[in-house]
Amino acid sequence: MQAPVNHIVGLTSIVRERYLPVSGTVLVRLNQKVSPNEVIAETNWSREHILLDVARILHITPVAAERLIKCKVDDRIAAKAEIAVGGGLFPRLVTSPRDGRVVAVGGGQILLEVGESKIELRAGIPGIVIEIIPNRGAVIQTAGALVQGIWGNGRIDSGALVNLAEGPEGVLAVNRLDVSLRGSILLAGMARDAEALKAAGELPVRGLILSSLYPSLISVAREMRYPIMVTEGFGSMPMNSAAYKLLSTNAKRDVTVNAEIYDRYSGARPEAIIQLPISSDPPAPREVEEFAPGLQVRMRRPPALGMIGTIVAIPSGLTVLPSGLRAPSAEVKLENGETVIAPLVNLEVVG
Amino acid sequence: MPSSLVDGNSLLAVDIGAANTRAVLFDVVEGEYRFVVSGTAPSTAEAPHKDVSEGARQAIKSLQTILGKSLIDGTGNLITPSQPNGSGVDALVVTISAGATIKAVVVGLLKDVSIESARRLTESTYARIVETIGMNDHRKPEQQIDSILRVRPDLIVIAGGTDGGASRSIKKLLEPIGLASFLMPEEKRPAVLYAGNEKLGDEVKTLVGSLAPLLHFSPNVRPSLDTEDLEPAQRELAHMIVSIRKNQLKGVDLLDQWSGGHVLPTAYATGRMVRFLAKMNSSKKGILVVDIGASAAIISAGFKSKSTLNVYPQFGLGENLSGLLNYTSLEEILRWSPFDISSGALRDYLYQKSLYPSTIAATKEDLAMGHAAARQSLYLAMQSARRDFPRTAAAIKPNLTPLFELILAGGGALSDASRPGQSLLLLLDSIQPVGVTTVILDQNNLLPLLGAAASQNNILPVQVLESGAFLSVGTVISAVVSANYGTPILRGKLAYENGVEARVELKYGSLETLPLQSGETGKLTFQCLRGADIGFGPGRGGTIPVSGGALGVIFDGRGRPLDLPSDAVRRRELIKKWNWTIGGE
Repeated sequence: MQAPVNHIVGLTSIVRERYLPVSGTVLVRLNQKVSPNEVIAETNWSREHILLDVARILHITPVAAERLIKCKVDDRIAAKAEIAVGGGLFPRLVTSPRDGRVVAVGGGQILLEVGESKIELRAGIPGIVIEIIPNRGAVIQTAGALVQGIWGNGRIDSGALVNLAEGPEGVLAVNRLDVSLRGSILLAGMARDAEALKAAGELPVRGLILSSLYPSLISVAREMRYPIMVTEGFGSMPMNSAAYKLLSTNAKRDVTVNAEIYDRYSGARPEAIIQLPISSDPPAPREVEEFAPGLQVRMRRPPALGMIGTIVAIPSGLTVLPSGLRAPSAEVKLENGETVIAPLVNLEVVG
Repeated sequence: MPSSLVDGNSLLAVDIGAANTRAVLFDVVEGEYRFVVSGTAPSTAEAPHKDVSEGARQAIKSLQTILGKSLIDGTGNLITPSQPNGSGVDALVVTISAGATIKAVVVGLLKDVSIESARRLTESTYARIVETIGMNDHRKPEQQIDSILRVRPDLIVIAGGTDGGASRSIKKLLEPIGLASFLMPEEKRPAVLYAGNEKLGDEVKTLVGSLAPLLHFSPNVRPSLDTEDLEPAQRELAHMIVSIRKNQLKGVDLLDQWSGGHVLPTAYATGRMVRFLAKMNSSKKGILVVDIGASAAIISAGFKSKSTLNVYPQFGLGENLSGLLNYTSLEEILRWSPFDISSGALRDYLYQKSLYPSTIAATKEDLAMGHAAARQSLYLAMQSARRDFPRTAAAIKPNLTPLFELILAGGGALSDASRPGQSLLLLLDSIQPVGVTTVILDQNNLLPLLGAAASQNNILPVQVLESGAFLSVGTVISAVVSANYGTPILRGKLAYENGVEARVELKYGSLETLPLQSGETGKLTFQCLRGADIGFGPGRGGTIPVSGGALGVIFDGRGRPLDLPSDAVRRRELIKKWNWTIGGE
């Protein structure tokens, strides 16, 4: 049976596609070196529209209104600018209520796009542009350490990694946050109270790598302007030893946290990347493995939720679990020496 | 290739679920169609595979290992038709429930008329209504446009206007739809289903036709004010959903090609079987089919006057599970647990399970939380679905579940249950049937596959249904009565075919069983006490034939609506006792 893989790798090639949700302008060139915060594409996007019914305002037919409309699609119109004039001795004026751009004209109506804002797409990882996606973005490649998480708040930033956790079971506490941490990315353990997240934002830090997050803090975490990445899930869970070891041994290095929102269909996941110097491209991590004895796995459900272990054996057929359910399972020797039976669907390969 | 499946063609059915993909082979055994074998593999709609056909191949390969013959060739393609060497199959049908919940905008004229019909139509598939636009919507057109742009729908369902009736108001409603579609990037424009005043077809084509990647028309769901006809529109919507999935999920087009266009949404295929069963049912009572899995909770009921199909992705036990808390509380879920579980632990469970929907419970505590969530999800789905049951449906009390002759239940949460007693108790708690009902478990989740197969071969579903491929749990007698705990409410005497008799006294608040094996029948003579009603009137007794099953005849005296003690310790003890009584634990 094929196994999902959670990437926790000391050195690997990382290739990421980054693109705008709508068409825009790509600002980088092929082979250009980019930093994580660099804007690689941008576009203007408007979430607000105004529909001006010229025919109704002038009390005329749509056909007659068409002839009186002075603007055309793509025209930029200033607030109070005249866009149609009625007939008669005292002609009525139709003016634009706000600054905007004409997106459609027809049937005696004008549709204006107003309140335009700029969308900037940042590189997300430090690396080299290896492909341009016309009008949308670019493909970027880098090499380094990679730790993937399971939840992110959608933000990106980079900075020096500081280990505040003192161990996989560390808890993010307000009293551990001081001004010396300003501008850092914190390896911070479990988040259990909103005050700690807010205090981190006030410093401000450049990011948090958490093992777990209380579900009640999800909305607060989403509001934070710095990236928050969670490696294990929701509740009170220590960080898996592989991720903790890799991150803590890279303390003081520059780390990029792309706390992308997990999308199970596209495969987008939050991740922390530590760019490392290389002489030749390391291999890319495998996306799928076949379950087999000797593989290092992480437990995704109880018992031993979040623990790392090694598959010792995969009995043939179905195994009766303590819950009473029957499923293809594996014997997993956990890092604490204990051996447990776990259904294969509850395991993910670490690597 | 034989000219007709009736001549003995084999049929492979593949179900692409959110968590698992199953391949099931039906073939002729001793002159009749039978469920032969099934194979399962994890679904592959999600990354890293992003191709549902991979999971289908794995499931078919798993099946062919058991079967001992090849169905997939060396290039990974399905061998069809069956070959002289025994490899291959003659036909394939596919059902699909995998994929993200489809976001739908519903458009209609009047809230209680066409909008209500459009809502019912949209709820017959894997969609969540994210916006409703109607004639009495006081927002400006541009606000409606911005709202549509904000919710980014996959589907817009338009109803309104009786045939030959209102047209101007509908045209007005179409304008913001057309403009919003125009403003979206081409690849993100929603599919549109028009099921309103049929005379407006051409204008709909003009206003939204060029802007919708997929524009379908169906007969009016509301041809007149007092007539609702959802079935043709449901069929059209089912085809649209497959087209939407083809765009969203790689591999659906390949399976469509393999099957010659016989791909259906799982829920629609289930609904088709319910309509079929309802036609076969000679009783005044209805037929109920429930399915609770990772992608959705499905409730489909068939009555003499009409059939209903309701799909609730929000009550699915997969990626949407954490959203269950938008509809209920942790305490409401925990009331079903036999263990003392903290609300924090349950909250963590719901969120964690929604991160990893394909995982299963390995520990007893995890299973208890999963079953508690499944009970509450199915309970809420049933409460919602009841709104659409016909008012004429036979019932003991209007606020209770109507009388059902048969309850057929399937889905991951029920086929997972290691003992039929566990599944039965889950159903009794969440559906709360009343009167006399036969309960059957679809442990192999065959029903939707039979619904899909019906389009290829109308004999196969009938023969498989009668073949014993489903697990008969037994006959459930649920009394409606108000009494104190421990008070006798029903006395029964079961006469077996061999002349032996067994007696039962049902007390309020308890469950009892009398053994009666699958395939056996007996005569139950009962006496209702304290005004208890099992569908024959308050306090009225009688003699009825009952059929057996894995658990025999089950008597549920726990009250309707189910009366759980408010004291948590006592409640948990009772739940354990009920579990023990019907062999769930």
